[in-house]
Amino acid sequence: MSKLSIDRVSKVFEKKQGEVVVALDDISLEIEETEFVCFVGPSGCGKTTLLRIIAGLETATSGEVSLMGAPIRGPDPKRGMVFQEYSLFPWRTVKNNITFGLEMRGVPKADQVSAAETYLAMVGLEQFREAYPYELSGGMRQRVAIARALANEPEVLLMDEPFGALDAQTRNAMQRELLEIWEKTQKTILFVTHSVDEAVFLADRIVILSPRPGRICDTIRVDLPRPRERTGPEFADVRRYVLGLMDSCRLSSKI
Amino acid sequence: MDATRTHLLRNRLLPLVSIAAAAIVWQVVAQFIVQNKNLLPSVTDVLGAFLVLLESGRLASDFATSLTHFGIGVGAALLIGIPLGMAMGWFRDLDTAANPIIEILRPVPPLAWIPFAIIWFGLTPVAAGFIVFVGAFFPVLVNTYAGFKGVPRLFVEAARVLGCTSPGRLIRHVALPAAMPSIATGIRIGMGVGWMCLVAAEFFVGGRYGLGKQLWVSYSLQQMSNVVVYMLLLGILGLAIDAAFRGYVDGKLLRWRTGEVA
Ligand SMILES: Nc1ncnc2c1ncn2[C@@H]1O[C@H](COP(=O)(O)OP(=O)(O)O)[C@@H](O)[C@H]1O
Ligand SMILES: [Mg+2]
Repeated sequence: MSKLSIDRVSKVFEKKQGEVVVALDDISLEIEETEFVCFVGPSGCGKTTLLRIIAGLETATSGEVSLMGAPIRGPDPKRGMVFQEYSLFPWRTVKNNITFGLEMRGVPKADQVSAAETYLAMVGLEQFREAYPYELSGGMRQRVAIARALANEPEVLLMDEPFGALDAQTRNAMQRELLEIWEKTQKTILFVTHSVDEAVFLADRIVILSPRPGRICDTIRVDLPRPRERTGPEFADVRRYVLGLMDSCRLSSKI
Repeated sequence: MDATRTHLLRNRLLPLVSIAAAAIVWQVVAQFIVQNKNLLPSVTDVLGAFLVLLESGRLASDFATSLTHFGIGVGAALLIGIPLGMAMGWFRDLDTAANPIIEILRPVPPLAWIPFAIIWFGLTPVAAGFIVFVGAFFPVLVNTYAGFKGVPRLFVEAARVLGCTSPGRLIRHVALPAAMPSIATGIRIGMGVGWMCLVAAEFFVGGRYGLGKQLWVSYSLQQMSNVVVYMLLLGILGLAIDAAFRGYVDGKLLRWRTGEVA
C-alpha cells in the first residue's frame, strides 16, 4: 500500500457570478513512503488547491485522498503544511511558534521545550529562539515554518512554493537544507513549485500539471544521485527534458 | 554623538520651554489685560487655589470618586464590549442579527442617556459609571469586532493544520492575539471618550465628590480659579491614564509588534 493515495480527485469552484472553474480534473497519484514529489505547472493549474485538499483545508468535489488507507476528512496534524505566504504567528516567539502544535495536543511542557530545541537546531536558528517573526528575514521565517510543521511529527509534509518569495541565493541554500532535513527525518514530502530548476534539484519524482482544467500531464522519475550539481550536464539534460514536456503539455491543453 | 545630544536636549527642552512660554503669556494676559479673576484667573491665582485645595485634603477623595466612576464605566464596557465584539466578529449570524441594533444605538450621544441613568440607578456612582460606560462601550465593541473580522485566514488555516481545530481554541489561540492591536486601540479610544463623559456624568448624577462634580460646584460658587484647577487635573489624569495604558500595551501586550498602537 502506498503512503498517500490521491484517487480521481476533482475540484470545481463556483464563482459568484455563477461562473464555474474546474481547478482539478480527475487527479490520481500514489505517493510512496519517504518519497520527495514535486508538482510543477504554470500558475492557476491547481497546485495550491491540490495541496489544500490533501491538507484537509478544502474538500474535493469528487474523488478522495487517503493517508495510509484512511480517507482525509479535515485538517489534521498528521499532514504538516508550509504555506507560500509567511504564516508564522507574529505574536509568538520563534520557539513558541514551533511548539504551537505540541501545545494544542497537550504535550507536556518539558517535551515541548526539547522538541523546540531539536527543530531549532535542525534549521540552524538556535540563537533566534526568543525572537519575534518581524525580526527575521524571509528565509529564516520559512525555516521556522518548516520547524513548526516538523515538530508535530507529521506523516507527510506539504509545501506550497515555500521558497517562492526568496532571492535566488537564499533559495538555493534553503533547498540544500531541506534535502538534509528530509534525509534526517525520512519524511514524505509533497512540494509545489513553478521552478523546474527547483523541482529537478529536489525531487525523486516530478508531476507536471497542466491548467484549465488542472490535470496531470506527465510524471518523471529523477534518478540523478544527490547532492545534485546544478551546473552539471545531466542536470541540464533532465531540466531540458522537463521543460520540453511542459511545453507540449501547454500545447496539448490549448487544443 | 554631538548631534544626538543636541537632539535629545531639544526634545526634552522644547516642550518645557513652550509650556513656560504659554504660562507667561497666560499670566501677562490675565494680570495686565483682562484684570478680572472671574473672566480669566491668572497662573498664580490657579496655583494659589491649587495649594489651598491640596491643604484642605479633599482632592484625594475627588480623585478616588472620579476613578471609581471611570472604573465602573470602563470595566463594564470591557466586560461586555470585548466578548460581544469577539462573538459578532466570529459568528456571522450573530453579526447580522446584532448589527442593526448597534448601528441605531451607536450615534446616540452618551449624555442623552443621563435621564435613564438617573431613573435606573438613582443618584449613585453607578449612574455616573453608566454614562462613562455608554461612551466607552461602542469604541471597544466596534474595534474588537473589526479586529476579529480582520484576522488573516492564513493564520486560522495554519493553526488548523497544526491541530487547533475547535472554534473556542481558534478564538483563544489565534483570533484573540491577532485582534489584540485592534482591541487595544478600541480600549484606548473608549477610555478617552469615557473620560470626556465623566464631567457631565458627575454634574448630573454624581454625589458630593469627584473632579467633575467639584468643577461644577466651583463654577456655581464663581470660584473660577478652582474651575481651572479641576480642568487641569482632569486633563493631566486623563493623560496619565492613557500613557499608563499605552506603556502597558506596548511593553507587555504587543511587544511582538513594531511601531505603536493607534
Ligand atoms: N476559493 C476559490 N474560489 C474560486 N476559485 C478558486 C479558489 N481557489 C482557487 N480558485 C481557482 O482555481 C484555479 C487553481 O488555483 P490554484 O490552486 O491557486 O492554482 P496554483 O496554485 O497552481 O497557481 C485558479 O483558476 C483559481 O482562480
Ligand atoms: Mg499556488
